[in-house]
Amino acid sequence: MKKFIHSFLYMAILGVAMSFSGKPEKMSLPLSVTFHHYAGNELLKLDSAIYKNELGQTFTISKFKYYISNLHFKTADGKDLSINETFLINEDEEDSKKMVLKNLPAWDYTSLEFIIGVDSLHNCSGAQSGSLDPINAMYWAWNTGYIFLKLEGHSPSSKSPGNFFEYHIGGYKQPNNCIRKVNLNISNKITARNLDLKVNILELFRSPTTIDFEKLSSVTDHRNAVTFADNYSNMFEVLKK
Amino acid sequence: MKYKLIYTLFILTVAFLIGNSFIIENPYFKISSKDVKLKIPKGFPKPLYSFKKNKLKADIFILGRKLFYDNILSKDNSVNCGTCHQRIAAFAHIDHKLSHGIYAKIGTRNVPALQNLIWKDAYMWDGGVNNLEVQPINPITSPIEMDETLENVITKIKRDTTYVKLFKKAYKDTLINSERILKSLAQFTGLMISANSRYDKFMRKQDTFSIAEKNGLALFRAKCESCHKEPLFTDNSYRNNGIKLDSSLNDFGRGKLTEIEKDYRTFKVPGLRNIERTYPYMHDGRFKTLKEVIAHYSNAASHDQGSDSLIKKIGVLNTQEKKELHAFLLTLTDLEFLLDRRFADPNGLQY
Repeated sequence: MKKFIHSFLYMAILGVAMSFSGKPEKMSLPLSVTFHHYAGNELLKLDSAIYKNELGQTFTISKFKYYISNLHFKTADGKDLSINETFLINEDEEDSKKMVLKNLPAWDYTSLEFIIGVDSLHNCSGAQSGSLDPINAMYWAWNTGYIFLKLEGHSPSSKSPGNFFEYHIGGYKQPNNCIRKVNLNISNKITARNLDLKVNILELFRSPTTIDFEKLSSVTDHRNAVTFADNYSNMFEVLKK
Repeated sequence: MKYKLIYTLFILTVAFLIGNSFIIENPYFKISSKDVKLKIPKGFPKPLYSFKKNKLKADIFILGRKLFYDNILSKDNSVNCGTCHQRIAAFAHIDHKLSHGIYAKIGTRNVPALQNLIWKDAYMWDGGVNNLEVQPINPITSPIEMDETLENVITKIKRDTTYVKLFKKAYKDTLINSERILKSLAQFTGLMISANSRYDKFMRKQDTFSIAEKNGLALFRAKCESCHKEPLFTDNSYRNNGIKLDSSLNDFGRGKLTEIEKDYRTFKVPGLRNIERTYPYMHDGRFKTLKEVIAHYSNAASHDQGSDSLIKKIGVLNTQEKKELHAFLLTLTDLEFLLDRRFADPNGLQY
């Protein structure tokens, strides 16, 4: 009898709890997207590792950071979810490379779309904090706007002082718009609520335009920025395991 | 014995009250919620900057005022915003051709007035800044203006107990970041509204114009209005106003920013309010007096080849017309704004 009362109570509590939690498909869980930085097939190593571009010029990378915004997940049956946030990913900060998205419905997502950069609305919104705080040194105060991507390093082929090269790419206005959309097929790629993406920095120097360190070692405003933007749009893929 | 105690208590109370009265704020500098209400002047368009995401509040305005007048924003704590943006000059730099900065450095452009900023679509002579809130990052970080970093400004502010208290009062918690610093400054500068000149009162039928002033207004509307559009006296466009290139500055204006041919040598059309006080004139301060400015526009032969087609249409003004136009321009002086106690330096150090 006692057992019966206990199980009855248990059922009642469970019933009440379920009525509050709503439909199971609305169950929300955190989802993480992890950015793995590569140079070709090797994991990127700042400063020490020596890489080669298509022209055979050698180089090292000392800084690599960029903005990812407006993530948009879709399912095969037409459900979608937008996250209107901007993330600053920095090779030098391990935590920044794992983007944790809170309370995402546990649907079967088949595609992920996002932009590299910061949309024009957030470029014109005045003083902001967090990832968009100008203190992150990803901001131009004159000809106002966010720097979408910073890539710096050294190459013996560069004629800049100290063989340095720096590519600061940004701009939200035509004809120098450097915002690029990335669309990835992520069907069955989310495991244990995590999605692993590969970011290949060699793509930045490769396609569609091959970057010659000797000819172009510095981009710090709109000049040549679009060339790099077209290159970085091919930088992302789902990590194959 | 009992009386002695009461007597002592009485003396202590009086001493406390007197003591307190000494630290009571000077009422001249007191800011109440009434002082930070945004009133759109009659006839003005809808502002382009909105306080929606930067809600006006007396304590935030006070914080912005303190920052505006604080040398803490400069690297060697020697200059503040008010150094070059003087209240008596509608926040331009009176009698200075080119901006003066830290270490006695000289900039390349004339300090623009700060007034009616919330009706601007872009800031600086070339429109390089897209939002009022982020404008101060330029003078703060420019090596020839304040030569400081936002990081250092935040560090210095965090060390200052007065600021820590002010931030707490303004924002209800102790977080001090660039967003709050910049938004506080935007509340202070955004409320700098000039709309009570004699011209405004004439338009509202609260004042009368002399015949010369009336003729000047008619002339202004015929010759100048297409760029200096009432009531803000600017159409927010960029134009080549016919002055020749100063080869020592080689300033290509907006063209340097956009690299579009038609933008070369163009500068933002400035609003003309308080023009009596904002001398010298033009982006490089080349004209000392209003007479010189009027003479320039009236003398097409002296104009630069690339000057705006509207400038060419002005034609020659005779002596009387020049005087009348001059008389009208002086009606744009807004003493209520120039003497507005809300914008005075709370340290009482600057005009």
